[in-house]
Amino acid sequence: MDLGELASCLGSASCLVTQVSAGLTIGLLLFLVASGLTLIFGVLGLVNFAHGTLYMLGSYFALTAYGATGSFLVAMAAGALGVAVVGLLMERFLLSRIYGTDVLMQLLVCYAIILIVDDVVKIVWGGDFLKMDLPDAFRRPPIIIAGGIIPYYYVILFAITAVIAVVLAYGMGRTRFGRTVRAAAVNPGMVGALGINTAAIFAAVFGIGAMLAGLAGALSAPIRSVVPGAGVSILIESFIVTVIGGMGSIWGALIASLLIGFTRSFGSIGFPLFTEGMMFLMMALVLLLKPSGLAGKRQA
Amino acid sequence: MSQHDRGIDRRSALKASAALGAAAMTGFPMIARGQGRQPIKIGMPTILSGRVAQLGVSSRNAVMMEVEKFNAAGGLDGRPIEVIVRDSRGVPAEAARIAREMITSDRVDLLFDGEPSSGGFAVHEVVRETGTLTLHLNSETSSLTADPRQRFWNAFRVARQGIHDSIAGGAYAAEIVKARNLTRWMTVSPDYAYGRDTTAEFLEYLKAFAPNVQVIGETWPRLFQPDYTENVTRLTQGRPQAIYSCLWAGDLVTFVEQASLYGLFNQSQFFGVNMADYTTLQQIKQLPRGVHSGNRYLKTFPPVPGNLAFAEDYNRRYQTYPTNWAWQSATAVHLITEALKKVGGTDPRALANALKGLTIDSPFGADGKVTMRAEDQTLVGYAIGWGTTISADPFVENMTAADWTTIFRHEQEWKRSKGWA
Repeated sequence: MDLGELASCLGSASCLVTQVSAGLTIGLLLFLVASGLTLIFGVLGLVNFAHGTLYMLGSYFALTAYGATGSFLVAMAAGALGVAVVGLLMERFLLSRIYGTDVLMQLLVCYAIILIVDDVVKIVWGGDFLKMDLPDAFRRPPIIIAGGIIPYYYVILFAITAVIAVVLAYGMGRTRFGRTVRAAAVNPGMVGALGINTAAIFAAVFGIGAMLAGLAGALSAPIRSVVPGAGVSILIESFIVTVIGGMGSIWGALIASLLIGFTRSFGSIGFPLFTEGMMFLMMALVLLLKPSGLAGKRQA
Repeated sequence: MSQHDRGIDRRSALKASAALGAAAMTGFPMIARGQGRQPIKIGMPTILSGRVAQLGVSSRNAVMMEVEKFNAAGGLDGRPIEVIVRDSRGVPAEAARIAREMITSDRVDLLFDGEPSSGGFAVHEVVRETGTLTLHLNSETSSLTADPRQRFWNAFRVARQGIHDSIAGGAYAAEIVKARNLTRWMTVSPDYAYGRDTTAEFLEYLKAFAPNVQVIGETWPRLFQPDYTENVTRLTQGRPQAIYSCLWAGDLVTFVEQASLYGLFNQSQFFGVNMADYTTLQQIKQLPRGVHSGNRYLKTFPPVPGNLAFAEDYNRRYQTYPTNWAWQSATAVHLITEALKKVGGTDPRALANALKGLTIDSPFGADGKVTMRAEDQTLVGYAIGWGTTISADPFVENMTAADWTTIFRHEQEWKRSKGWA
C-alpha cells in the first residue's frame, strides 16, 4: 500500500490527467466487451462465456486485414463486421438451441466453442503472439496537458469508444428497435404475438454484442499482443463489470467499466499489489449489499 | 502320457545344441551388429504450443540441426541419435508425465528437458527417482543447480543462469550509473518467481557495484497481462532516471509498444535483460534506440565466425533466426556428443562422469569455450554481454562482454550467503 503516493497524485494536475485518461481508455475499451455481454444476457438470458473469444477473433481479423490492405479503417471494419458474422452463425446454429437451458449447459457449449475457436486460430495464425502495426498516422508524440501525458492513439480510442457508448445507450433507450428489444427481453411471447420476428431480434442483439466485442479486439490489436486464448482475461473483467453494473444494464456496464478502469489506473499508484484484489472485493461487496448490481433491476 | 512327451530326450537335446551353435555362429553376430547400429534415443519434453511455443520450437530446431550433423558424420560408431520430441503445452504435470512415458515406454537413453523452470523442476523430480541422465536446456532459475538439495549425479543444466545474468547486468548498469549519475530507479517485472527473484538479484548487484542507487518504486504486471497502461503510467509518474525489467517475449513486446506511446524511453534509461532476442526484436515495430539489453542470443555476439555460421545455417533451414533457447539446445548436443565419443557407449554413469568438468570449443563461449562445471553440474563460460539497441539489424550495438572472473567471485559469495557453498 502506498496511500501517500496516491494522495500526492490526486493533488497533482499532471498525475490526474495521466491517470484519468488512462482509466477512461481502459474502462471504455472494457465497456465495449462488457456491454455486449450484458446485452446478450439481458435480452437472451444467455451467459455467453465465449464472449472473450469474439474479442480475440476481432484482433486476428483486424491484424490480417491491416496486413493485407494497410488501412486502419478496413482493419476496424473487418474486426467488427467479421466477428458480427461469426457471432450470427454461432447464435443461429449453436446458441439459439440452448436458450432457456440451465447455466451448466450454456457453460459446456460455450466452453466447447472457446476450445474449438482457439484451436482453429492456432491452425490459421499459429500459436505465437502477433502484433498489429500501429498506423504511422497515430505514431505521434503524446499529448501533454498540464504536465500529464496522453498517448495520441488513446485519444482516438477514447473518441471511438465514447461515441459508441452514447449511440448504444441512445439506441437501446430511445429508438423503436431498442424498445422492441427491451420488450422482447421481458415478454418474447407477447412481442411475437404482435407479429414481430423475435428470433430475428435475438439474432440481431447477439450480432450487435459480437460486433462490439470484435471492435474492441480490433481497436486493441495495435497496442496489445494478439495470442490464442487472449479472450480469457477480458472475459473475467467483463463478468466483474456485469456483476457490479447489474446483469443486463448498459448504463450499469458503463459505470462499472469506468470504475474498473480507474481502479486499475489509480490502484497502480496507491495499491499496486492489490488492484486485482480490489476489483474482486468491489464485486463481492456489490453481491453482498446490492446483489442485482449498481444499476440492475431487482428480480421479481 | 509317455516319458518322451514329458522330457527332452538326448537326441533332441543334441539337435537343439547344434541349432543353437549354428545360430551363435551366424545369427547372433547379426543381432549384435544390429544392436551396434541401434539409435541412441533422446527424449525431449518441451512446449510446442501456446504463448511460449517459440521456446520449444526453436529448441527442437537447434537440436535437430546439430543431431543431423552428428549423424551425417557417422554418429557414434555408426549409431545415429534419434530424438523424440513431445509437447507439454506448458503444463508442468504434463511435462513430468511425458518424461516418465519416454523413460518407461520409449526406453530413451537420456533426456533433453526442453522445459522452462516451471516444467523443468517437475522433470527434475522424475529423473531424480529414475536415475535417467538428463540435460536441462531451458531452466534459468539459479537454485536448480546452485542449491545442493536439488543436485544429483544424473542432472545437468546447459542453460544460462539467473545469478550470472544478474551479476553481469548489475556490473554493466553500475558503469552507466556512474557515467550518467542515474540514481533514481524503478522496476517493472512479471509477478511470478522468475520475475521477483531475477529483479531482486539484479538490484542486489546494482547496489553492490553502485551503492548510491535508490529504488523509488516497483510495478509488477502479472504474467501474460494483456494491457500495461497502468504499469506504464505508474512509471511515468515516478519519473525515474532508469528502469529495470525482466519482462520477456510477447509481454515485453506489448510493454515496449505501450511505453513508446507514452514517450517513456525519452524520459528514462531502460535496462531490459531479455530484450536482445530475435523473437522480441523482430516483433517490436519501432524499436526504441538506446535501450540497454543483455544478450539472449545475437548472431553478432560473440563476434566469431562460428556463431554467425550457426545463425545463418539455422536461418537457411527455418527461415528465422535462433533464440537464446536455440544456442543452449545446440550446446547440449555438442556436449553430449563429445561425452558419447569419450565413453564410446550410453552407460549413464560413465556419460555423467564424462560430462562433469567437460570443456568444449564453442561459438557461444566467452573465450571460444564453454564448460560443464563439475561442482554444480551447470554451464559456465558462455558469452554474456550488454549493449544498446538500434532500430535495424543487428539491433544491438556497443556490446560489452561480462567478465567471468567477477561473475565467479560474486556467485561464490552469493552461494555462501544462501548457505549453499
